Amino acid sequence: MKAADFRYERPDTVAAALALLADESIESAALAGGQSLMPMMNFRIAQPELLVDLNGISDLAGVSVTGDQLTIGAMTRYATLEQATELIHAPLIAQALPYIAHSAIRNRGTIGGSLALADPAAEMPAVMLALGAEITVQSAEDTRVIPVDDFFLGVYETARRATELLTSVSIPVAAPGDHFGFYEIARRHGDYAMAGVAIAQRQGQFRIAFFSVADRAIRATGAEDVLSADPTDIDAAVARLSEIDFDSDLNASAATKQHYAGVVLRRALAGMTV
Amino acid sequence: MTGPLTIFDRPNSYIGRSVPRADAARLLEGRGAYVDDLQLPRMLHAAFLRSPYAHARIDGFDLDAARAAPGVVAVYVGTDLIDHVTPYVGTLTHLAGLQSPPQMPLAVDRARWQGEPIAMVVAHSRALAEDAVALIEADLEPLDPVCDVEAALLPDADLIHPELGTNVAWERTVNVGDIDTAFAQPGVTIVSRDFTFGRHTGVTLEPRAVVVEFNPSEDQLTFHYSGQAPHMMQAILGKHLHLPEENVRVIARDVGGSFGIKIHTYGDEIATAAVAKLLGRPVKFAADRNESFLTDIHARDHIIKARMGVKADGTIVGIDFDDITGIGPYSMYPRTSAIEANQVLNLTGAPYVMDHYRARARVVFQNKNLMCQYRAVGHPIAMAVADGLLDEAGAALGIDPVEMRRRNLMADDSYPRLSASGMKLADLSHQKSLETLAETMDYTALLADQAEARARGVYRGIGLVSMVEVTNPSPMFYGIGGAPISAQDGATVRLDAGGGLRISSSITEQGQGTNAILAQIAAGIFGIPIERVKVTTGDTDTTPYGGGTWASRGAGIGGEAMLQGALALKEQVLGVAAVMLQTEADSLDIVDGAVTDATGIRMTLSDLAKTVYYRGNELPSDLKPELIATRHYRVTDFPFVFTNGAMAAYVEVDVETGITQVLNFWAVEDCGRVINPMLVDEQVRGGVVQGIGGALYEEILYSDDGQMQNATMADYLVPMAGEMPDIVVKHVETPTRTSVLGAKGAGEAGTGGAPAAVMNAVNDALRPLAGRLDQMPMTPERVLKALGVV
Amino acid sequence: MSQTQDVTITINGEAITRTVPVRMNLVDFIRTEAQLTGSHVGCEHGVCGACTVEIAGAPVRGCLMLAVQADGQEVTTIEGLADSGRSAALRVAFTEHNALQCGFCTPGMLASALEYIDKGGTADRTAIRQHISGNYCRCTGYQSIVEAICDVIETGAKT
Repeated sequence: MKAADFRYERPDTVAAALALLADESIESAALAGGQSLMPMMNFRIAQPELLVDLNGISDLAGVSVTGDQLTIGAMTRYATLEQATELIHAPLIAQALPYIAHSAIRNRGTIGGSLALADPAAEMPAVMLALGAEITVQSAEDTRVIPVDDFFLGVYETARRATELLTSVSIPVAAPGDHFGFYEIARRHGDYAMAGVAIAQRQGQFRIAFFSVADRAIRATGAEDVLSADPTDIDAAVARLSEIDFDSDLNASAATKQHYAGVVLRRALAGMTV
Repeated sequence: MTGPLTIFDRPNSYIGRSVPRADAARLLEGRGAYVDDLQLPRMLHAAFLRSPYAHARIDGFDLDAARAAPGVVAVYVGTDLIDHVTPYVGTLTHLAGLQSPPQMPLAVDRARWQGEPIAMVVAHSRALAEDAVALIEADLEPLDPVCDVEAALLPDADLIHPELGTNVAWERTVNVGDIDTAFAQPGVTIVSRDFTFGRHTGVTLEPRAVVVEFNPSEDQLTFHYSGQAPHMMQAILGKHLHLPEENVRVIARDVGGSFGIKIHTYGDEIATAAVAKLLGRPVKFAADRNESFLTDIHARDHIIKARMGVKADGTIVGIDFDDITGIGPYSMYPRTSAIEANQVLNLTGAPYVMDHYRARARVVFQNKNLMCQYRAVGHPIAMAVADGLLDEAGAALGIDPVEMRRRNLMADDSYPRLSASGMKLADLSHQKSLETLAETMDYTALLADQAEARARGVYRGIGLVSMVEVTNPSPMFYGIGGAPISAQDGATVRLDAGGGLRISSSITEQGQGTNAILAQIAAGIFGIPIERVKVTTGDTDTTPYGGGTWASRGAGIGGEAMLQGALALKEQVLGVAAVMLQTEADSLDIVDGAVTDATGIRMTLSDLAKTVYYRGNELPSDLKPELIATRHYRVTDFPFVFTNGAMAAYVEVDVETGITQVLNFWAVEDCGRVINPMLVDEQVRGGVVQGIGGALYEEILYSDDGQMQNATMADYLVPMAGEMPDIVVKHVETPTRTSVLGAKGAGEAGTGGAPAAVMNAVNDALRPLAGRLDQMPMTPERVLKALGVV
Repeated sequence: MSQTQDVTITINGEAITRTVPVRMNLVDFIRTEAQLTGSHVGCEHGVCGACTVEIAGAPVRGCLMLAVQADGQEVTTIEGLADSGRSAALRVAFTEHNALQCGFCTPGMLASALEYIDKGGTADRTAIRQHISGNYCRCTGYQSIVEAICDVIETGAKT
């Protein structure tokens, strides 16, 4: 399973990378951690003409706190994030990280790569959805900040254009009285989940984002409304999950996914300090 | 007959000791020698175009673009090999009625499974070969595939091979006693279950790989092989590539796992050999993981409708079942795809006393990948069926599962005897193994734990299995039917001038410790420190002729040959020493590498050997020492030497998610004399985990039109460390009396028994909720469906 | 003509300079250009762990990095872990516990085990199992590997 041939560039600035991506006549792919893209290329499912390696752009990695915003550079590796002291401002990210694959994958995989790929089974898109993140994308022409609610559109489909790079994501830092929950059901440790949920409760308002149950990370707005009004009315929240358009996969039918959504919601809520 | 006990009770005997493997050192330093590690001068790389359809007519190819691609040396299609490869047919005469059409390494007129090789590129790198494969234009006409076995049996079903007139490759019925009358008797409770066993595969971590060299000046083919049976491959290559067998050398060095997967004849490997012969330069084919999933043999695809009748006291009246198994469009060559079904017929219920037994197996062609022998061939199915029915019967009668087994297992002093299916059994210890199991697992405490957990709404289950395992097969297994598969093995033991022992054997190593136990036997029997013993296996040029390692035959057959060879050499050495020392040979012994008598060391082995080799003038002219001995061994008394085991699983089922966790597992194994307890225990553990894989995780999924849907390591789930239990292994040792060594086989027992134990445990866990699983793997969704949750 | 690039990768302390196709992955470079065949290829999609090598001190999947990405970097393979003595305690323990059979998973297992131990991992069998759950072994059933790692941690031997 050897990748098809491609042209390879390794720019050392964002501007240089964007200049390469600006040429829409060439099918290009941005190489971040490579933990998802490389398998696809080895299977020849992905055959970009041009591979733009972002790993030489030091500006794209890093974690910083400014005011009440935590900003994570797209090329920040999960392993770096796990060790970052700033992670105390993002307990939900800290809860989710150990579930992402295995340590060797996390040593290379990046948060930006995961968000840009938008695998419906990935943890980080749902975490960002729960946190109400803002995703910054840049092109040679301009910079856009996209609210996460507008970002994930479908299977491997986001609001990022082919000429744009996802450069960072920012979330509001955790405040006293915020509560977070996370739960996933996976057949084996580190596998993609059969179903999972990330929950943020801030100022009494719930944001509940599921992954691995639909064509993208998706909020359960009906359940959010119920719990935001009454955090103890879990049964009613679970009943509202039927509003989600569940997808099936090799592990579970849509009906089973719906059942699992209820299970993970209950268990994540039970694990939250409310 | 048992040999003199003293040879095993000697103070320096390694037999029975957990000696660490000498092979471990180089593997831990990254100095293994696997086939893909080989880089030979002028070596080329092969890649294959494989049929994207489960069934298609091959109308032609346009190879121009592929031939012109960078780095390409040659492109071949099926018709190119017709004159160079004799087709092979996967039938054996002792499986009466088995039919299968001839098969070519590259499909010629029709492709009959998704993944079947239809064209081949040879280029300067694998990447370039794959590029060229993508440029091959294949004119394929998709045909309706026959994928569902039950549909394949319908009278109006499309025939995969019209010339055979049927989709049934083979059918056999065993009918003992009169089951219908017996089941109709008053007081007989009948339980029935319709089982489905999911097709799965070996997933050896090292995919299949060959490097083939051909020297046209000598007409000599060298086949570097990751596999278990070098001599068999030698015979096959000679026959099908038109070479005298002695012109074929097969070398198996380090093999990264096989488990039966690498014991079959694969078209891509034969094509590689044929092409290496045509090109006169080395060609490497290393299957990638995708190809492995598509074309490594699959196994265990069975639909079984089964019944058991029991009397009120729990004793079995009989077992009656019908087995349909789908094998793919051909019976695999040369071992045939009927063996697994045959084992199911032969082994179901074999541990238990019963007068009535009726079983039918139909082996059915289908347009999916080929099925054939994979670790524990048929045993997982046979044990799951019998012990699953037994548990169901016990539940119906209110009799505890351990008690059910006590009442039905053959008595330990009742051998030799036949199973209901007609298998000759001897030297088994079912009852003792069961008692040992119950004690080891602390059955009473587990029952209490289970009850306490249930009271909290936590569902735990205990599942048992009592099993037999086929090991040490005689020629009755394959050779009798015409297969070039040796049931005998040989060992050569040679004392060299430096005083070290060079031993070679026709059994082979895939990591289970073959080399280690051979060294232990030779060193222990001969009387030399094990560090002085060097082992050669896996090379048809330099080892005796034999069968290789499969069907758990290595220790029992190869080990016995080595024991006999070591004894023979020792006798020779002491005969020479006696002459040199002018004493009686039976006053001498070899201890720790020196010839000794009651007074102590008389001479070193090196001194003796140097005298023989360099200073023969010092010896009487009528003394003709050779210092090398070869002995061969085969099992003659029985078709197979059976072992037995008793195993148990303790599981917890999360009834909301359907996920089963195996909390504990116990395996009591009687494999006769244990040569290296650590190696045997690890074989059992590895086998158990493989069995858990089949019970809970592993299943090849095909679409209705024969497209494999989970051909990746992310989608086909193999057991990983996070979910596996610690496994307690205990031994009962009832040596087989068919050899001096008394060793039976142990490699497959874990895989044979674990699925039954886990299935019984899950069903025990769910019994209060009236849910039952009859299908493996017991995926979370299937558990939820059984519970009526989804 | 496929694009190639000159790279220099220091493997086990030895600088290897080659001209390689840009699409060549790191483990293929190690195996065919440096001819260090101790690292193995099992799946080429990052799941089995047989190709795990250490780069810049962290274990990574050699099949999911391009050789050109490792230009100028330091890589340690199973051979290097042996030569430097870093895997010595693990090798002793793996041998004693028979924590390998066919040896194909061993390079990745050693790299993962070493990471766990170097990061101060405790002899917690569950934590060890979770850490090595990205390394597929078909032969051992994992228990002996857990025993070996526990052994190294408990004896506190310096690797």
